[in-house]
Amino acid sequence: MKKTVTYIVIVFLTFQTTLFAYSSNPRDFINELVNDAISNLSNKNLNNSEKEDFIKQIALENVDISALGLYTLGELRKSSKETDISKYQTAFEKYFLKSLTSRLTEYSESKFEVISEEKKSATYTIVSSKVLPIDSKSPEIKIDWRVYTKNQDKPLIRDLIVEGLSLARTQKEEFASILSSNNNDIRILISKLEEFVNN
Amino acid sequence: MRVIQKLKLVLATFVLFSIIIPNANSAEECFEKTSRAIFKFNMALDDIILEPLAKGYNKLPSPVKTGTSNFTSNIGTLLSIPNNILQGNLNQLGHSIGSFAINTTVGVLGFLNPAEKIGLKPHKEDVGQTLGSYGIGTGCYFVLPILGPTTARDSLGLIADTFVDPFAHVTLREKEIFGSSGNAFDYYTIKSTSAIDFRADNDRNIESLEKNSIDLYSSLKSIYLQDRENKIKNSIQDQDEWDNLDN
Repeated sequence: MKKTVTYIVIVFLTFQTTLFAYSSNPRDFINELVNDAISNLSNKNLNNSEKEDFIKQIALENVDISALGLYTLGELRKSSKETDISKYQTAFEKYFLKSLTSRLTEYSESKFEVISEEKKSATYTIVSSKVLPIDSKSPEIKIDWRVYTKNQDKPLIRDLIVEGLSLARTQKEEFASILSSNNNDIRILISKLEEFVNN
Repeated sequence: MRVIQKLKLVLATFVLFSIIIPNANSAEECFEKTSRAIFKFNMALDDIILEPLAKGYNKLPSPVKTGTSNFTSNIGTLLSIPNNILQGNLNQLGHSIGSFAINTTVGVLGFLNPAEKIGLKPHKEDVGQTLGSYGIGTGCYFVLPILGPTTARDSLGLIADTFVDPFAHVTLREKEIFGSSGNAFDYYTIKSTSAIDFRADNDRNIESLEKNSIDLYSSLKSIYLQDRENKIKNSIQDQDEWDNLDN
C-alpha cells in the first residue's frame, strides 16, 4: 500500500512538472523560465544526466527549434526538397540539444534579472536581461531574448543575443560557409550535423 | 628621398585599399584559403602560447588581475579620445577624457577604476570604427597572422591607429607628451598584456565555441563582424531577417 501511494505521488509530481507552464507575458515568461533553469542547474540533488534531461525538456517546450533550424538554413530553406528539409530539421534538433546541454554543464551559479521588454512587432518582443555571476568577480553579462509571440498564449524563444552577438546569426553564418564550400548541398550539412551528434 | 619613399608607401596602400574596399561591402572573403591557413597557424600559436598564458593569468589573485586589466584598459582609452573627436561624439569624448584623467590620478596610474563608480564608462573607439561611422563599408574579410580576424577597412584602421593613438606616439615614435616618454618595448608589452587579459576573460567562451562549432573559422568570422557592427553603431543591431521567416 505504502509503495502504491509513493508511486502515485511520484507519478503525480512528474505529471505536474511536465504540465508546468510559464507565464504568457514575454517578460514573465523569460523570468520564470530562467529562474527555474537556474534553480534546477544549481540543485545538488540532481546529477548531470538529470540536469541534461531537464534542459532538453524545457528547450523542446520553450524554444522554437524548428523555426531556428529554418532560419539558420538561410535561403536554402526555400529551394530544398521537403524530404531534405525534414531530415535537416531532425538533425538540427539533435545538434541544438547536444550543443545546449554541453554548454550548460559548465554552468556556474548566477543571479538573473530581467531589465526591460520591447515589443518589436506583432510577432516579436525583445526581453533584455542581465546575468551576474555570484561566485566570481566576472562582469555582468547582458542577454537579450527574441521571443516569438504569434501564439500569445505560448511564447517561444527564437534567439539569444549575448552581449550583442546573436547566437542564431552566428549559427546561420557558420552553416552558410559550410554550404557554400559544398555546392549548397544540404545533405553535406546534414551529415556534418549527424557527425557532431554522434561524436 | 625619405619623403618620396613614404609617399610611395601611402600611395600603394591607398591603391590596395581602394581596390579591396568598394568591391566587398558585405565582408566577402578576400582570400579564404590563405585566411584559413593563417587561422590554423594562429590557433596552433594560441594552443602553444596564448592559452597557457591566459590560464596562468586566470590563476593570479583577483586584485592583480583586475588591476592589470584596469591598467591596460586605461591606456587603451587614449586611442578613443582622438577617435571621439573625429566622430564628433562629444558625450563619449567627455567620458574618455574624464575616465583617463580620474583613473590615472585618483586610480593610481589606472590600476583602480574609480571613474566607473561615478558613471564614466567610455566606449572603446578606434580608426576602423571611425571610418565605419563615416559610412565606409567593411571591405573584404581576412585573417592576419597573430593579430587575427580583420577586414580591409579595419586593417587600414589598425595602421592608422598607431598614428592617432597618443600612447603609440609616446612609445613607438618616442615623442614626449606632458613629460611622458617610452619606447617600442613598452608599446608591445602593453598590447601583449591586453591580448592575454582578453584571452583569459574569454577562456571558457572560446573553449565552448571550439567544442560546439562545426566550422570554427566561420563562427569566429561571424562573431567578429557582429561585434564590429555593434561597436560602430554603439548599439546592438536588430535583425529584420526574422520577419521574413514566416512569409
